[in-house]
Amino acid sequence: MTYRNDPYDPKQAALLDPSALKEAVTSAEMAFAHAADLDALAAVRHLHLGDRAPVSLARREIGALPPAAKSDAGKRVNEARRLIEAAFAAQQVELERQQAERVLAEERVDVTLPWDRRPRGARHPLTTLMERIGDLFVGMGYEIAEGPEVELEWTNFDALNIPADHPARGLMDTFHLDLPGLVLRTHTSPVQARTMLLREPPIYVVCPGRVYRTDELDATHTPVFHQVEGLVVDKGITMAHLKGTLDHFARAMFGADARTRWRPHYFPFTEPSAEFDVWFPGHRDGPRWVEWGGCGMVNPRVLRACGIDPEVYSGFAFGMGIERTLMFRHGVSDMRDMVEGDVRFTRAFGVEV
Amino acid sequence: MRVSLSWLREHVDLPADLTVEQLERALVGLGLEPEAIVDQGATITGSLVVGEVRQIEELTGFKKPIRHCLVDVGAANGTGEPQEIVCGATNFSVGDRVVVILPGGVLPGGFAIGARKTYGRMSKGMICSARELGISDEHAGILVLPPDVSAEPGDDARPVIGLNDVVIELEITPDRGYAMSVRGIARELSHALDVPFRDPGAVAAPGATPTPAYPVEVRDPVGCDRFSARVVRGIDPAAPSPDWMVRRLTVAGIRSISLAVDITNYVMLELGQPMHAFDLDRLRGPLVVRRATAGEKLTTLDGVARVLDAEDMVILDDTGPISLAAVMGGETSEVVPGATVNVLFEAAHWDPVMVGRTARRHKLFSEAAKRWERGVDPALTLVAVDRAVALLTEYGGGTVGDEILDVDHVRPLAPVVIDADLPARRIGVPYPAARVTELLERIGCVVAADGDRLTVTPPSWRPDLTDPADLVEEVARLDGYDNVPGALPLAPAGRGLTDEQRRRRSVARALAENGYVEVLSYPFVSTEFGEALGLPADDPRRAAVRLANPLSDTEPLLRTTLLPPLLATLRRNVGRGQRDLALYEIGVVFHPRAGAAAPSAMGVHDRPSEAEFAAADAAVPHQPWHVAAVLAGEVEPGGWWGAGRPASWADAVEAARIVLDTAGLRGERVVVRQGERAPWHPGRCAELVVDGTVVGYAGELHPAVVSALELPRRTCAMELDLDALPALPVAPAPRISGFPPALIDVALVVDAGVPSADVQRALRDGAGELLESVRLFDVYVSEQLGEGRKSLAYKLTFRAPDRTLTVEEAVVARDAAVAEAASRVGAALRA
Repeated sequence: MTYRNDPYDPKQAALLDPSALKEAVTSAEMAFAHAADLDALAAVRHLHLGDRAPVSLARREIGALPPAAKSDAGKRVNEARRLIEAAFAAQQVELERQQAERVLAEERVDVTLPWDRRPRGARHPLTTLMERIGDLFVGMGYEIAEGPEVELEWTNFDALNIPADHPARGLMDTFHLDLPGLVLRTHTSPVQARTMLLREPPIYVVCPGRVYRTDELDATHTPVFHQVEGLVVDKGITMAHLKGTLDHFARAMFGADARTRWRPHYFPFTEPSAEFDVWFPGHRDGPRWVEWGGCGMVNPRVLRACGIDPEVYSGFAFGMGIERTLMFRHGVSDMRDMVEGDVRFTRAFGVEV
Repeated sequence: MRVSLSWLREHVDLPADLTVEQLERALVGLGLEPEAIVDQGATITGSLVVGEVRQIEELTGFKKPIRHCLVDVGAANGTGEPQEIVCGATNFSVGDRVVVILPGGVLPGGFAIGARKTYGRMSKGMICSARELGISDEHAGILVLPPDVSAEPGDDARPVIGLNDVVIELEITPDRGYAMSVRGIARELSHALDVPFRDPGAVAAPGATPTPAYPVEVRDPVGCDRFSARVVRGIDPAAPSPDWMVRRLTVAGIRSISLAVDITNYVMLELGQPMHAFDLDRLRGPLVVRRATAGEKLTTLDGVARVLDAEDMVILDDTGPISLAAVMGGETSEVVPGATVNVLFEAAHWDPVMVGRTARRHKLFSEAAKRWERGVDPALTLVAVDRAVALLTEYGGGTVGDEILDVDHVRPLAPVVIDADLPARRIGVPYPAARVTELLERIGCVVAADGDRLTVTPPSWRPDLTDPADLVEEVARLDGYDNVPGALPLAPAGRGLTDEQRRRRSVARALAENGYVEVLSYPFVSTEFGEALGLPADDPRRAAVRLANPLSDTEPLLRTTLLPPLLATLRRNVGRGQRDLALYEIGVVFHPRAGAAAPSAMGVHDRPSEAEFAAADAAVPHQPWHVAAVLAGEVEPGGWWGAGRPASWADAVEAARIVLDTAGLRGERVVVRQGERAPWHPGRCAELVVDGTVVGYAGELHPAVVSALELPRRTCAMELDLDALPALPVAPAPRISGFPPALIDVALVVDAGVPSADVQRALRDGAGELLESVRLFDVYVSEQLGEGRKSLAYKLTFRAPDRTLTVEEAVVARDAAVAEAASRVGAALRA
């Protein structure tokens, strides 16, 4: 065989030799495996897959082969190239993976470092407790009624069947304004009177708010405190409705096992009247009855003073101190903590109670 | 009301084995709230026995007399030998019987008794004084038992000295005057425990005689509708009150004074009928019962000279007023211990409203006044007088006068008519008519049935039963509140929270989530607050509502701004070591109505007319809701990340913006402009304007205010009138374009005094609709800019809703924006 015009060195045909191809694959695999990083891998790529790489040169030799041998040689070269490319790709994936891992390792931080750059605020638990109670009753169809903190004596007392000489008026320790006839409301009950003057029955309202009595601040008293009061006026309202409502309220606030019991008592604006205790399973000193509030059937005199016919309508009312509720629900032992505005106290409650 | 169980047992057959728990449950169920039930026998533990003194040896050589005694305590000490006890008292002799507590016993107050060596001798136990035993304040010596007491050495001493009793302290509600007596409480217990009751008021007492016991003229039968009296002559002025009586008075908290006076108090406790004892020989001429004339004077038993009011009722003799009727007697006619031999007992019935007013006017809340105010049975005067004269002659000797005075203008209580099913309809328990009748009769009512209607006449001791509802309560109470079932009423569909309620909550939440801590301050402020805040003399905030009876005379006003109390809270926190503080408060402020007159009185028998109520309501101060926030220290603390950031005027303004944004007020509706308003720093005060109305201020406080109120340097604050904010608008949705934005920065040079907000508004107005947002990213001052100039750098974002903007379009819009800024505020593009 003479290939006088063949520019290639006949020796090169040796590259098509199966063992030579195998050698090319093996040396490529070794070279790739030795590449420590993606740059090193890229640097050796042309030696094994570039134009002057053994497999590339071997492909050129195929043309010189007899037609019968071409197909076979072509397959061998393709196979070798495929193996080399696969080895490259595998190593590339591996090195990329290693590099990503290295980056992640380098980016490791101490996540326990504090990041309190924007201190959280908090809502006062008395407010959120009143809102929670309000929400419960709003969910039952009630509305939240409000009234002024400086009130008419008429709405605070007279309309509630507490005439000027009633002993109960003396018990209230009232702040009077220098303008006669005005007081700082001693309870949220004047909101009842305003509501009844303003609306037609059926009336289903709760009245949360601030009230005032002339007590000096100490561990158990504060001259400014909060109450939530409920009022229902409708046809056919009975004391059993009051009981059912209070029991439901108690369960919502203190858990499924909570319930209420009544002790006969006296309030001028309700008749019959009762004080009520709640069975509080979660009390910090163990499950027990806790005094909670006062309640009763709206005194027909109050209905009349507010323009509601007691022959047609009856109603119930109940109320409780929010400070007291917060004290036993959360184990607050000193009234002053709720009053002084110390941020350490308030922050402990976050934005909900 | 404090009373011993043994006294109650004299009138009601309580079970012998009644436990304290059962007693408490019965009282609670009746509505007689027990404040304390003390088993006195249990206040002393161990062996408390009767001892007889066998031998006394006076020990010498000590600073005070000391005795070494041998006391026979029977077999109580286990040996039968006399007990040796060292004692510091000397008021006893050999043969006296005393009360001994043996080692191992504990006296009230946790005082444990042991055997010990003292003054060189063994002392095994203690001989007790009355005070040590907790039965009276007597501590002049040890308690020597009277010779007639039948007790042997070694006997349990508790029953001998009355320490086997149970003392009940009850809180009696204002409607149940009848329960301020042994009679009333015993009656109630008989209902609760279903046991027989013997009414001490139901005894037959002799009535008035034609000749009165003493000449008395009742000139005001409204103020005094009954006056009874009787005389006892020739008592032993030195006769002491019996021990059992003193003990019962002591339990009730009443001091023993003299036999006659003690008897009046005893009868009051037993029957509920207050009484008075006059020294007959100190009365001058006939008695007159009338209203006082204003300015009349009387020195009452407590030694206070009182000027009387025309509403007070007085008893007079020829010398003038001798008793402030129903409340307290006078000095000139009182019984003199050890001297008085002739006694006039008076039992009257007074108008409760009059007594209440008199007691309040003279601040004399005597035991009698408390009972009058709550209602006293008018049928008891003769029974009480009869009981008193009987007790006095029994223990003090003397003779009862035959004459009995009784001026009686008492009108019977009006009957109350109810439907027999009213209790069932109001309570929700199906009480049959017969049950209703039975329960009402049980408390002493006379019930006449007429078909479905009951005519109920209350007993004389129940003036509180005036309305059908009162009878409903009695039925429910006696049947038992525990029998009331629970049922939920069905409320109509509600409207949820009002817009204002929702807004207050959202604002509160937003501030909390931005680092502010909510506080609830007292609204009381001092008269100096206006000065401290530097308010101008004519500032409307200086007009504050004033309390007539403030807790502290230094804080008689109600806040017109939230800041003074809120800043005080800030200061309190600083005082407790907090440095970095951000506080807020949402509450009402109080603005008096200018020229408001006192509201006129309104009736209660029907609703006031709209006009009547509106006129009264117009006197009620305007009480808008405000929100305020205060900041001091660092708003962002320093840490490992670097330095902290001190709170500044800008944080206060941002707090105000947060509130407005939460209220749905943003963009063009909110204008922030330079303001000037106390107590803020004149150069660092922002005025917040919504829809052209000023709604509040924010910024740094004036240094003088900071200094006057002793606040941290550069304390900042904001306050907004929440009620002045318009309602939450229905926000129109923006059109969101998906096309890319074109961003162009511009730096504008303006005079230093030009507010950046004006520049920004000009840019916005000039740029036209393609402008999506404008953001100030740099404020720069330098010499190159020139004196009094500043550079403001803005990033303008342009975007079209329907296409990708070309650079040319964006540049045209930018040029328009800059041109507008140039014409409005003289802005020049920075070279």
